[in-house]
Amino acid sequence: MSSTEYITLYIGGQLFGAAVSRIHDVFAPESITPVPLATKEVAGLLNLRGRIVTAIDARSRLGLPKREDDASVMAIGIEKGTESFGLLIDEVGEVKTLDDGDREDVPSNLDPVWAQIASGVYRLDDGLLVVIDIDKILAFESETDADRGAKAA
Amino acid sequence: MDDLLSEFLTETSESLEVIDSELVRFEAEPNDQGILNNVFRLVHTIKGTCGFLGLPRLEAVAHAGETLLGKFRDGTIEVTPPLVTLVLESIDQIKALLAHLENHETEPEGDDAELISRLEKAADGELGTPEPVAEAPAPAPQPAAAEAKPAASDKKPRPANLADDVRWDEDLGRELRPGEVSLAELEAAFASVEVEDFSNPPDATEETAEAAAPEAAASDAEEPEAVTPAAVAAAIEKAVANEPEMASNTPRASQSIRVNVDVLEHLMNMVSELVLTRNQLLQMVRQMDDSEFKTPLQRLSNVTGELQDAVMKTRMQPIGNAWKKIPRIVRDAAQDLNKKIKLVMEGDQTELDRQVLELIRDPLTHMIRNSCDHGLELPSDRMAVGKPEEGTIILRAYHEGGHIHIELRDDGAGLKTARIRQKALDNGVITPEEATTMTEAQIHRLIFAPGFSTAEKVTNLSGRGVGMDVVRTNIELIGGAIDLVSREGEGTTFTIKIPLTLAIVSALIVGSQGQRFAVPQLSVVELVRTGSNSENKIESINGTQVLRLRDRLLPVLPLANALKLDDTNAENKNRFVIVMQVASQRFGLVVDEVFDTEEIVVKPINSVLRDITEYSGSTILGDGSVIMILDPNGISKLAAFDKSTTGTKPVVQETRKIVSRGDQKTSLLVFSAGSAEPKACPLSLVTRLEEIEVDRFEMTNKGPVVQYRGQLMPVIPMSGGLTANEEGRQPVLVVNNGDSVVGIGVDKVLDITEDVLKVAIGDTTPGVLGTAVIGGKATEVIDIGHFLGQADYDWAKAMSEGPKEPKSLLLFESHDFFRNMLAPLLEASGYRVTTVSSVEEALAANIEPSDFDVVLADIDNDAEARAFVDKLSTDAEWADVPRVAMSNREESLVTPDFAGCVRKSDRHGLLAVLDQTASLKGQAA
Repeated sequence: MSSTEYITLYIGGQLFGAAVSRIHDVFAPESITPVPLATKEVAGLLNLRGRIVTAIDARSRLGLPKREDDASVMAIGIEKGTESFGLLIDEVGEVKTLDDGDREDVPSNLDPVWAQIASGVYRLDDGLLVVIDIDKILAFESETDADRGAKAA
Repeated sequence: MDDLLSEFLTETSESLEVIDSELVRFEAEPNDQGILNNVFRLVHTIKGTCGFLGLPRLEAVAHAGETLLGKFRDGTIEVTPPLVTLVLESIDQIKALLAHLENHETEPEGDDAELISRLEKAADGELGTPEPVAEAPAPAPQPAAAEAKPAASDKKPRPANLADDVRWDEDLGRELRPGEVSLAELEAAFASVEVEDFSNPPDATEETAEAAAPEAAASDAEEPEAVTPAAVAAAIEKAVANEPEMASNTPRASQSIRVNVDVLEHLMNMVSELVLTRNQLLQMVRQMDDSEFKTPLQRLSNVTGELQDAVMKTRMQPIGNAWKKIPRIVRDAAQDLNKKIKLVMEGDQTELDRQVLELIRDPLTHMIRNSCDHGLELPSDRMAVGKPEEGTIILRAYHEGGHIHIELRDDGAGLKTARIRQKALDNGVITPEEATTMTEAQIHRLIFAPGFSTAEKVTNLSGRGVGMDVVRTNIELIGGAIDLVSREGEGTTFTIKIPLTLAIVSALIVGSQGQRFAVPQLSVVELVRTGSNSENKIESINGTQVLRLRDRLLPVLPLANALKLDDTNAENKNRFVIVMQVASQRFGLVVDEVFDTEEIVVKPINSVLRDITEYSGSTILGDGSVIMILDPNGISKLAAFDKSTTGTKPVVQETRKIVSRGDQKTSLLVFSAGSAEPKACPLSLVTRLEEIEVDRFEMTNKGPVVQYRGQLMPVIPMSGGLTANEEGRQPVLVVNNGDSVVGIGVDKVLDITEDVLKVAIGDTTPGVLGTAVIGGKATEVIDIGHFLGQADYDWAKAMSEGPKEPKSLLLFESHDFFRNMLAPLLEASGYRVTTVSSVEEALAANIEPSDFDVVLADIDNDAEARAFVDKLSTDAEWADVPRVAMSNREESLVTPDFAGCVRKSDRHGLLAVLDQTASLKGQAA
């Protein structure tokens, strides 16, 4: 049975898993430059070894309350096309190998925003792990466009 | 793709571009053998290479084209436009075939028999009558360049039994095919033009060899091999000898290699990274005292700089490369439209970045088409208005201040202001209100508005309504700007200003609300410090902020507002205004801090942020932090400065409203002098408020003076003497009238207030215009001009009696100072005054001649005044409104266009003349 390696991470107390194959880096973000006028999901830009990385705050993406100022923050580096993103999360756990067959569908009563970015759920001994669809969590551009369109109309 | 094939494609497409423009030149100068030889050589090379690569269809077309060209060259067929069109058609067909070849690596199906037969017929000098082509080539003179024939041992002599009209080539040892050229003839052609790769003889040999005898090589095993190299050697020798004189005609080819653009791009990126790293190092070392790294780092820095320049240069190309197609476009347009057009191109060697070059190619082409189509008139229309039949389009490029300027000028009909205004109204681009207030120049700029096309009919070339706004967008995308000046009947000039390069820009690093941003230096005009102690203050009109900068008002926008940051520093008066210029509009960006300038490498912005037009990119600074690069274009739009494209508004518009409508508020300076009653004058008349220590006053026989900013400033006490303050400081209103500075001593500055300036009670006291209610109190409105007069200024002392009944007066005065001074004076003398400062403003103001009893114009500012007077003189409706001129120059005092002329300084005379003249209208009517 095929299996996938996941890196586990916590966002707002919830356990998530992201496919290792999509993660380039795990790093502690430093000096993020905020970008005024950007959508709320964009935390800003940062310099990761000479590359400009766009930091996306997973908490605001998921509609969670803001991180407290002194709370720890980590980032996972993702490449999408030619662009670099950093997804800001609370904490990074370990790498887990999970069988694809054990993955269950996203519960139908899940918040639509969450349901959109989740591609499945694992029942682990220490809780539920939500599998993040990396492409979807970074794809909020169209939403904001639609919002703008709606406002304009 | 096959290397050989791709090389062929690159080379051929370059040759074709040259052929295009050369042919057009040739059409104009059919007697220039040099041009024709060049074209001939290029076509021949293409044909030869096609044969070599086994591309029969291309070869056939090229061959037929070459045949016709050969006839031109021999002089057997006269060069006519239809024939040139035909040759161009064959070139187009070659291009089409090449395009297919590039995509599919094979020639397309089908043949070009129709085109070829037309070409052949043309070559036979019998356009239209069909004739078997294969057997009877038209007689051609024997190769003239016999002396160029190499001494080769194994020539095949011409068989004696051949008919006279069969052309025999001794080098090939066979008959020439129809239209084929003998080797000797070819050599002559080669020898008389510059060959590009002299420095590379093996290549040249190869190229020529394969060009010269491809068919022979393919078909004839006994090809005399020794001949060709020898011939080529001779040709080269000859060409080299001729080189100096030819160099003047075409840009000289130099030692060069072909490098893939990707390699250059990569190199550029690497250098950009190097620059960043260097900046980082420099920053680190700067913080260390006495570091041993300093010297080597300095060297590294210099080398990096030079490397950057060098790499930059590899990307530079003469703008002429983007212009190659233009002669052809103009020619075709001229033919299609039945116009006669002369194209002048200047500065084609001006270099700019390859990337920029690519991006301006299309907009330029579009604009050229527009000029041909809409700009220039038909020859008959031109003759009718007394212009030469042939229209001229001038395309000019030059470097200036880190920019490339491209100018496109035509001497056509110019823009039709009224039609553009109407069209803009119809399309809802502007409101009727705007239509009446916009200046001519502003209306002209509407052609850049989206969805705007005034072409009465859609032609083949242009007029589909996606014109100039696309051009503008494209130019703005690369950080450029476009503007135009047009005079009806005289033509239109477009100016495009674009940056030399896009990759590395010099930027000013500024701070707002603790965040840093980069502003491209190219848009920054100047930096102004504002503050309570500074002469440049930010003030607001109905919440809109403006900066008083010299004699202009500059719209300003706090960066914090533009970026929707909380502006906690709004109360802080000590800020900086970055004066920016975007296209023709100028505005100020208010920031809290200004750091320094840095060379930054523009990194493209993430797609998530791409919708935010306020940024053009991001970059990493020397200290490693990431900052956003502001896009001046985006910001100017956001600030809605776009509507009033001129940006700065003369101060007078404000004043005009006060005096003409009497319901607008103005800034007034309230002070006391002599008595406790408040006195006031328009703040705009006062340049500065100073408090000068009393002991700095020095006495001269003309009164007290103060040494002020390196010059002597006379100080006139407003009330008897400078006695109010025995010691300490004396408040002085500093008035600057352009040439000299005068101080007016007052007792105390009370307030600066905004109120309606309406003189309720006139006054005959010298120096007092009357009394007005300001801030709820009766206040004497002071005539600043009177005090200037006392300081040896040339106004006479008293004010005359005003007219009994109020007369309305149109004051044309382009000088802010005089305008601000005269308007209240005339108002106080009983005139209803409307002021205009320029012809444009006069037109925009929509003034009716019947509204005015007299026109008073300052004619010292020649150009504007002249235009104004002309306007009045040509308009019959204005003819019966008497005009009075003002001047300070003796020679201007006699002017036929005016009923009277007075010296500006002669206030008494002025009022007298006005009084007299204003009543003239009544009599005439």
